[in-house]
Amino acid sequence: MKTIQKLADAVRLYFHYVSLNVRSAMQYKASLLLMITGQLLVSFSTFFGIHFMFMRFSHVKGYTYEEVLLCFAIVLMQFSLAEMFARGFDTFSGTVRRGEFDRILVRPRSTVLQVLGSRFEITRIGRMAQACLMFAYVVSASPVAWTPLRVTTLAMMLLGGAMLFGALFQVYASLCFFTLDGLEFMNVLTDGGREYGKYPLDIYGKRVMQFSIAVVPYAVVQYYPLQLLLGRSANPWLAFCPLGVLPFAAICQLCWRYGVSRYKSAGS
Amino acid sequence: MIRVEHVSKTYRVQKRSAGFAAALTSLFSREYEEIRALNDVSFTIGDGEMIGYMGPNGAGKSSTIKILSGILTPDSGSVTIDGRVPWKNRIEHVKSIGVVFGQRSQLWWDIPVIDSYELLRDIYAIPKAQYSKNLEELTELLALSELLKTPTRQLSLGQRMRCEIAASLLHAPKVLFLDEPTIGLDAVSKIAVREFVTRQNREHGTTVILTTHDMQDISALAKRVILIGRGRILLDGTIDDIRREGANPGGETTDLDQAVANLYRRLDIL
Repeated sequence: MKTIQKLADAVRLYFHYVSLNVRSAMQYKASLLLMITGQLLVSFSTFFGIHFMFMRFSHVKGYTYEEVLLCFAIVLMQFSLAEMFARGFDTFSGTVRRGEFDRILVRPRSTVLQVLGSRFEITRIGRMAQACLMFAYVVSASPVAWTPLRVTTLAMMLLGGAMLFGALFQVYASLCFFTLDGLEFMNVLTDGGREYGKYPLDIYGKRVMQFSIAVVPYAVVQYYPLQLLLGRSANPWLAFCPLGVLPFAAICQLCWRYGVSRYKSAGS
Repeated sequence: MIRVEHVSKTYRVQKRSAGFAAALTSLFSREYEEIRALNDVSFTIGDGEMIGYMGPNGAGKSSTIKILSGILTPDSGSVTIDGRVPWKNRIEHVKSIGVVFGQRSQLWWDIPVIDSYELLRDIYAIPKAQYSKNLEELTELLALSELLKTPTRQLSLGQRMRCEIAASLLHAPKVLFLDEPTIGLDAVSKIAVREFVTRQNREHGTTVILTTHDMQDISALAKRVILIGRGRILLDGTIDDIRREGANPGGETTDLDQAVANLYRRLDIL
């Protein structure tokens, strides 16, 4: 009971942070609207990339246009959710360099909660709108029958994927404790994961699949549950495959803890 | 009760000469120098005391504050505040302290001050009744009523500092750390801050640890002064001790700033 109460309290506090973030963003109306529109438009370029390719080819390794589009919409949604909620990790190098992490440490709350709360990126709604548009199109055009199991699969994929990208942002942030600066190579895993993820992972061959299972578990939130979603497999357990992110997230959390313990404050 | 015993802290500072070539070399091999920020520091502070913690820039003041507030872990030595070790029981410890960093803001930049306060209420889980009582008192004493509805970015430095101090006291901490609270303030704001801190100490028995370069702050606020230089405690006494130790060579009395400058030079800690 007590744990549940604590959790509910943390969630309430988190949404208080979110509300302040949104209120802050609304102070700059023009900037907010332009950012949301920009986010919406940017993703169109990737969409057109897929669209034009399918004007030349009807299949990519057996996947149809609608199937790839569904995959892309899911990955885009996963990534946007992670960016919206875990933006605090993504911009963490600035937090450390400006010495703002000191303030986080003198408050009686978990560091993760405070870092996540410090930045909530409402503008990512633009990119989500794009993902929703594609969803709407795919749902109306594709032959996928939306059984309760498939809807569950979809929800699990979105949650697991958002968690996976969030965990990658957390590792990125943990490195800032040692370098005081963001390491751009991590973007290969985050932005790269999003760009590669627009096609089902098996089209890239064996090596990429191995990497996506053993190193960064993209496959458990994309390729495997997608097989169930597209009716290529009937194994209902694939719906819960995205839970495979949990051990990975736990390791990322340990990295973070270690980073915090090694924190050297900057400035006076 | 704050007990600091034999605390040492060393930083590794990167060394390199100026220029592009040196910057390039430093990518591959770096030379580090060990800087002893704190070297066997010990002191005890009783409940309700007001301490002026002074020393030249780089003496180790901020490092001490950061260790006491649980931000940094010392290399050796022990610290207990009301029986707790700051960096081990961080969450329990920080519930009972307040920290004001004069050079950094803890208020949200674009929204009214009161919104930041309400977030703090939830962060510290202050009961509603107690929150209203504390806020009311702070609003009156620091003359905040006009400021609470203003976004932080539109406040003057003096107004902002009053809001910062109130933010650090909403949860009624037992210990208050003030790190250069009057830096850059005009005379009126400085006096307002000093009067408020004195009153807070007298009426709530809050322990206050103040670092500043402003000798008037120290003489107005602190009965006890701890002087630190090159990571060592050099003097633990009263403002009169500083005056006496820092007197001009002829022996005639001088103003406090001059006395401190003399003292720093004599102790060779600049």
